[in-house]
Amino acid sequence: MTTAVGTTSRTVKLEILRQDKTGESSRWEKFEVPYRPGMNVISALMVIQQNPVTAEGQKTTPVTWDSNCLEEVCGACSMVINGRPRQSCSTLVDQLEQPIRLEPMKTFPVVRDLQVDRSRMFNALKKVKAWVPIDGTYDLGEGPRMPERKRQWAYELSKCMTCGVCMEACPNVSESASFIGPAPLSQVRLFNAHPTGAMTKDERLNAIMGDGGLANCGNSQNCVAACPKGIPLTTSIAALNRATTVQMFRNFFGSDHMVD
Amino acid sequence: MSKNQEFYWRRLHSLLGVIPVGLFLVFHLSLNFTATGGEEAYNNATGLMELVPHWLLLIVEWVVIYIPLLFHGLYGVYIAFTATPNVKRFSTFRNWMFVIQRFTGVFLVIFIAWHIFQTRIQKALGAEVNFNMMEEIVANPWMLGFYIVGILAATFHLANGLWAFLVSWGITQSPKSQKIATYITMVLFVVISIVGVAAILAFV
Repeated sequence: MTTAVGTTSRTVKLEILRQDKTGESSRWEKFEVPYRPGMNVISALMVIQQNPVTAEGQKTTPVTWDSNCLEEVCGACSMVINGRPRQSCSTLVDQLEQPIRLEPMKTFPVVRDLQVDRSRMFNALKKVKAWVPIDGTYDLGEGPRMPERKRQWAYELSKCMTCGVCMEACPNVSESASFIGPAPLSQVRLFNAHPTGAMTKDERLNAIMGDGGLANCGNSQNCVAACPKGIPLTTSIAALNRATTVQMFRNFFGSDHMVD
Repeated sequence: MSKNQEFYWRRLHSLLGVIPVGLFLVFHLSLNFTATGGEEAYNNATGLMELVPHWLLLIVEWVVIYIPLLFHGLYGVYIAFTATPNVKRFSTFRNWMFVIQRFTGVFLVIFIAWHIFQTRIQKALGAEVNFNMMEEIVANPWMLGFYIVGILAATFHLANGLWAFLVSWGITQSPKSQKIATYITMVLFVVISIVGVAAILAFV
């Protein structure tokens, strides 16, 4: 079923860091797949999946990776491509130097091959209460109105897809360090900006003033450079630094303005 | 109650780096700068410190210098070694500053420990700290080089640390203000470096 397309001889060379299980040692494997116009990294991986044979002709196991939406909104398919963490769906083969080197984002536990476990990010979102509480025993009615200009910058923060690229880029986030990382911090700013969310903003600020929280940021500003959605992560962190400075004084000296 | 105290330790680390440690560095290098006016000018300036009663000087030294410096240095080494530098993959200006800040910090612990041993501890053991003492130290070209690198590491660490202080306390929030703070702190780095290096060269 190999349908030869005009330029049959063109191939795409890949080198993939393989790992069978969490905690096991890893090894590089080389692959060569036929080139098709407009290929992204995932489509190259799909060809390998159909015929898992290395460039040397050795039979191997299919390469495992995570992907879902294929349009850079779900955040599942992040991996390190030629040294940079990014989405494999929106990374086009034509724009990459070959061989294309694929590695898992090792700041997270590797499940298998390019698949990582991003649980720590979802746990972090729970820890910082990244939601607007509206549950009650009766209908609370409409919340306060959000100023339009505030809605516009807050919308940018809401584009976060928990993809983990900022976590991989951050030199202070690692399996051995406790830092919560840029993405969940920026979510605190988002939900504290929301008029109803602001009614519990002291809880979120106090959560990021715990161990491994906001103050563990080292200002390398890699996160903002790496974020595929262009979220102003370092501005969020600086804004939270100011908010926690105020919160720190409120906590110690007391205040009637914890939530306003 | 050691749980959930990290935020306060980090903020304290940031604050102490500027006040009093940073202020002390500026004062120290300014006092050294009097050496460019000759041996007598330097000995007169440092001699003023001798007018302060010995017990008071000791209290000030411990409270303003040794304790904050020791905390800043030791906690800073811990911070530096929990990082995983990645400038190879992310060679941006700020990431380089991040790495250099940690590298100079660790180097300064070694340099300052040696510097205190060579001057303050010798004074406690009976030596006199004056122009001659420094002249003898920097007569060795290796020691002069070590001191110049130490001074530049300290001035850089202070200037860039001041930039980080402004971010960490939420003073500079916008990218624009952070950029302007970069310019201002780098000018500060150049100015205090000139003062510091001119001072050490005055002993040669």
